[in-house]
Amino acid sequence: MEPPARLNGGVVEEKKKHMADYQNFEYDVLVVGAGGAGLRAAIESSAAGVRVGMVCKSLLGKAHTVMAEGGIAAALANVDDRDSWKVHFADTMRGGQYVNNWRMAEIHAKEAPDRVRELEAWGAVFDRTADGKILQRNFGGHKYPRLAHVGDRTGLELIRTLQDHGIHQGIEVHMEHTVVAILKDRERVSGVLAYERERGRFKIFKTRAIVLATGGIGRAYKITSNSWDYTGDGHSLAYHAGAELIDLEFVQFHPTGMIWPPSVMGILVTEGVRGEGGVLRNKDGTRFMFGDIPDNYKAQTADNEEEGWRYCQGDKSARRPPELLTRDHVARCIVREIKEGRGSPHGGVYLDISWIKQKLPKAAEHIQRKLPSMYHQFKQLADIDITREAMEVGPTTHYVMGGIRVHPDTQMSSVPGLFAAGECAAGINGANRLGGNSLSDILVFGKRAGEFAARFARENPAGVIDGDHVEEAVTQALGPFDRATQGENPYQIQRDLQEMMQDLVGIVRKEEEMARALKGLETLWERACKVGTSGNREYNPGWHTALDLKNLLTVSEAVTRSAIDRQESRGAQFRDDYPRKDDAKWGNVNIVLRKGADGAMQLRHEPIPLMPSHLKQVLDEMK
Amino acid sequence: MKPATFRIWRGDSQGGEFRDYTTEVAEGMVVLDAVHQIQATQANDLACRWNCKAGKCGSCSAEVNGMPRLLCMTRLHDLPIDKPVTIEPMRTFPSLKDLVTDVSWNFRVKKKIKKFKPRPPDAPDGTWRMAQADIDRVQEFRKCIECYLCQDVCHVLRDHGKQDAFIGPRFFIYTAALEMHPLDTEDRLGELQQTHGIGYCNITKCCTKVCPESITITDNAIIPLKERVVDEFYDPLGKLWKKLRG
Repeated sequence: MEPPARLNGGVVEEKKKHMADYQNFEYDVLVVGAGGAGLRAAIESSAAGVRVGMVCKSLLGKAHTVMAEGGIAAALANVDDRDSWKVHFADTMRGGQYVNNWRMAEIHAKEAPDRVRELEAWGAVFDRTADGKILQRNFGGHKYPRLAHVGDRTGLELIRTLQDHGIHQGIEVHMEHTVVAILKDRERVSGVLAYERERGRFKIFKTRAIVLATGGIGRAYKITSNSWDYTGDGHSLAYHAGAELIDLEFVQFHPTGMIWPPSVMGILVTEGVRGEGGVLRNKDGTRFMFGDIPDNYKAQTADNEEEGWRYCQGDKSARRPPELLTRDHVARCIVREIKEGRGSPHGGVYLDISWIKQKLPKAAEHIQRKLPSMYHQFKQLADIDITREAMEVGPTTHYVMGGIRVHPDTQMSSVPGLFAAGECAAGINGANRLGGNSLSDILVFGKRAGEFAARFARENPAGVIDGDHVEEAVTQALGPFDRATQGENPYQIQRDLQEMMQDLVGIVRKEEEMARALKGLETLWERACKVGTSGNREYNPGWHTALDLKNLLTVSEAVTRSAIDRQESRGAQFRDDYPRKDDAKWGNVNIVLRKGADGAMQLRHEPIPLMPSHLKQVLDEMK
Repeated sequence: MKPATFRIWRGDSQGGEFRDYTTEVAEGMVVLDAVHQIQATQANDLACRWNCKAGKCGSCSAEVNGMPRLLCMTRLHDLPIDKPVTIEPMRTFPSLKDLVTDVSWNFRVKKKIKKFKPRPPDAPDGTWRMAQADIDRVQEFRKCIECYLCQDVCHVLRDHGKQDAFIGPRFFIYTAALEMHPLDTEDRLGELQQTHGIGYCNITKCCTKVCPESITITDNAIIPLKERVVDEFYDPLGKLWKKLRG
């Protein structure tokens, strides 16, 4: 591949760059990503007294965490004193269909309450109970009201609290920078190569430890609730640096995204709507969720509408309505209604919160107070007043349970010095994540990643930067400028990938379709190698889109290979050709991926370690 | 589907020009959709910040037909699209490229405001008690998505360039959220009056009008803060009283 000749308005660069030409920074811990997990990790590392740098793709405070709506799950037991870490642990394992990393689920359930209380000490202002404590709401798969929240903008509260606390901690933040490669010194990490968006210059960040907190992969799909930066960067960077990925077949499709008008398709409609009493109906007005309640949830699910409503009103003797079953199941039921001809005019189903006016005085005000963003979003984007009429909704790609395989206690990956937290790490959620568990996940494991990365940095000297790797990565990254407008349009390749993944590796999967997707990925890889960019390096989104393709293609391949391999239906993975759960063969197995010596993706099965008796006992108690 | 023309600012810190792009528009589209369409098919390097496309992150701030707006929440439906729709960057901030501006000043300002300092916990388990009624106002301010449209429209910054002496509406509501937080014990009135320049605001309420989160910036945040500053520094009887009490 030829190095670049024509850059920055025609300035000709030398054929071979030397590392001294790049701006250099040096830290003990470098955090990549500034959402909840990254910020929490950076705060913890800096509190440990090491030098902390942070690199993020967008401006500070704009990360995907702001879009989290419903709440943060923690067994505070403020609303229902029967709640405890044990119930939260059991709910998380049941929701994940028992292929979760049980140790992570245990740590998460035990530590989440402290992480929430800590936010309050840093200035967060959660909604309150009548006696002045943090209020908690109902959510899918959680036995008791467990989600601490601020209306339906909990993620904004969380990220702003961490941001406003973090800016006084001495963390150096490099905004609008994107990492293109993790650099290693033999086995361990020694730094990263990144480019800044503003001028398009490359920078080397030398560091003893890295915390990846880059979020998810939703932009691999056409219909998604995820923002532009969710291109699987952390997954892909870690994979190409030799780390293992796990559980990639499990991609969560949130049951309720907007579907009309077309330009808003995929935008999230919070599960909080159902937590506040919203119901799902098909075009005939039937509450179809009552017709399909899985056996393992029958005992804790209401069997009539009246009981479901009492649950939403806080009646402790009532069981939760079937709309609050886990997301994987609700999404599939919606797909079935649509496929069998009982969908709404624009190809979704109805989500109705306005009906509560039959039950509550001043229902319209109540809805506006509890779900202000939803009210605003539908009013402004779809001309729908949710206090008066039903919304039309359908599934949208929302979250990836799979990610970088990490040690449950330290969050270190299989590469020494490389840590990961939040959505890009895996284990806690198993085959399906419960709503509200991601905000607690990013805090609990963000903190741990920051703590152990700082410890690693203290205990290990700095590594050496591999100059050849830097040159190779820079040359590759500048390739699109050589091909300029002769090359393929990066937006077109991205779009073709999104359509293919949506159609062939979506909610309902079949071997033969996914095999076609693998073939399609080969073609897309070839096209991506020929991608071209017009313009120069300064804030050029065409170039950025071209560079993101490698990550999107890597994670799409990981999802597809894992999904083909798991020949059963479990949680978010639904196989039309293997519609049953196969506990004997798959109930105790995680699929692990890594990059082989030949550069090809290697897949292996790994048995889930035996659960210790004290946790088994918890599950038995909670049955 | 019908064609519409978008007159988009293309340029950088050195200058630039409006260029016309024509693209097909469909029902329900927002201005950001049109920008994306143009980016994908006609101008791959057209620079524009955006993240959530749902009005929650505050990244895609710009001026549409002269009004400060979020591109993702401005529907074409509400604009006269028989005429070219002009899209230009926020003019109060230095231009970086096309629709992208340098908003780093805002981040520097925020760092100068004293952080949250809570009173000791109310309960032995380290938690506090607050009544919902006491936090409603603070929660209103905390809805802010930091889009900086209020900073963009504020004439103290936009026309008079008082960036060194005035923190702008965004940071008045930030300060108000801290000052009115039931748990906070810090005092920020001195700097509000002096270095943060609250006196420069002459309550024209332009900030309130452009706020995409409908925060009542002027009435609920700035005016009460001005009153607190007056009580603290300009009330002669109060001053005397304080003096007598020592």
